[in-house]
Amino acid sequence: MSNAHNEADVAPGDEQLDHGSVAQRITGYLTGLGLAILLTATSFFVAGTNLVWEPSIPVALVVLAIAQMGAHLVFFLHITTGPDNTNNVLALAFGVLIVILLMGGSLWIMANLNHNMMPMDQLMQMQR
Amino acid sequence: MSTIALTDAHPGSAAGRDWIGPAPKRIVTGYGFWIFILSDIIMFATLFATYAVLLGQTAGGPTGRDLFDLRNVAIETAFLLASSFTCGLASIAADERSAIWFQIAMAVTCAFGLGFLAIEGNEFASLVARGAGPTRSAFLSAFFTLVGCHGLHVSAGILWLLTMMAQVFTKGFRPDILRRILCFALFWHALDIIWIAVFTIVYLLGSAK
Repeated sequence: MSNAHNEADVAPGDEQLDHGSVAQRITGYLTGLGLAILLTATSFFVAGTNLVWEPSIPVALVVLAIAQMGAHLVFFLHITTGPDNTNNVLALAFGVLIVILLMGGSLWIMANLNHNMMPMDQLMQMQR
Repeated sequence: MSTIALTDAHPGSAAGRDWIGPAPKRIVTGYGFWIFILSDIIMFATLFATYAVLLGQTAGGPTGRDLFDLRNVAIETAFLLASSFTCGLASIAADERSAIWFQIAMAVTCAFGLGFLAIEGNEFASLVARGAGPTRSAFLSAFFTLVGCHGLHVSAGILWLLTMMAQVFTKGFRPDILRRILCFALFWHALDIIWIAVFTIVYLLGSAK
């Protein structure tokens, strides 16, 4: 608390204010790239293979995608859990909330409507 | 200016923390652009929701499994990943004030981005040529809207990238130029995150079913 500048915020996309050497920063991006390649390759492998129990594939793909988004956020966008990043993380959390409400809500409502609606050919006959 | 009065009234305020005044412009600008990116992601979420709802509405036309070529998608993904990495290198070069490395890294980023756009354009052209254009079915309308919107963002990003190269060349690493580079890097990395969702939801899940 004595040095207020250590408590200052960091702009999204910026690394820590006293960021390390160039070599360290390049290593950070390389780590992110390696993780991203690993997760992408796994995704493509899982989608095309017969080795995995089939109903589990969509779940596995979604989990892998979310993991890769996390890797990108941390290593490329430098969104961290540090105290200097609170504003950025809160904004991100709000965005994620809206995205979940939007996608989940749309799918839920439309599936419900679809389920309750008469098949189209019957509907057409009734209108005749 | 009420903040200054506040500092005078409470030196070393009750919160136990010295008043450090308004945040530097770099943080304010970056944060504002971060909010814009999140709103952009929400716009993409609506397109994803539309796509998911219309996924089965093929009107007797081709489905995703008939149309998608995963090898192309893998190459596109590799291009975008590599461009995200070189964009990060460009950010480091900008922080180190190395104009040469900045221009090289941005040029490589641009090349990968253009490669991505070329493959995507090719894919769209071949779909339209096979009679699977956006007018064929609701599914294909949603597909072209979603993937095309991402492609438009990449195109805009490349224009921005070239602008930044020109501005660094003519004006050097001024603070305002550095802020624009920060925002550009955020934009470019965010496009990569959206592409993860695209290749997973549209291509991989679309081919698996």
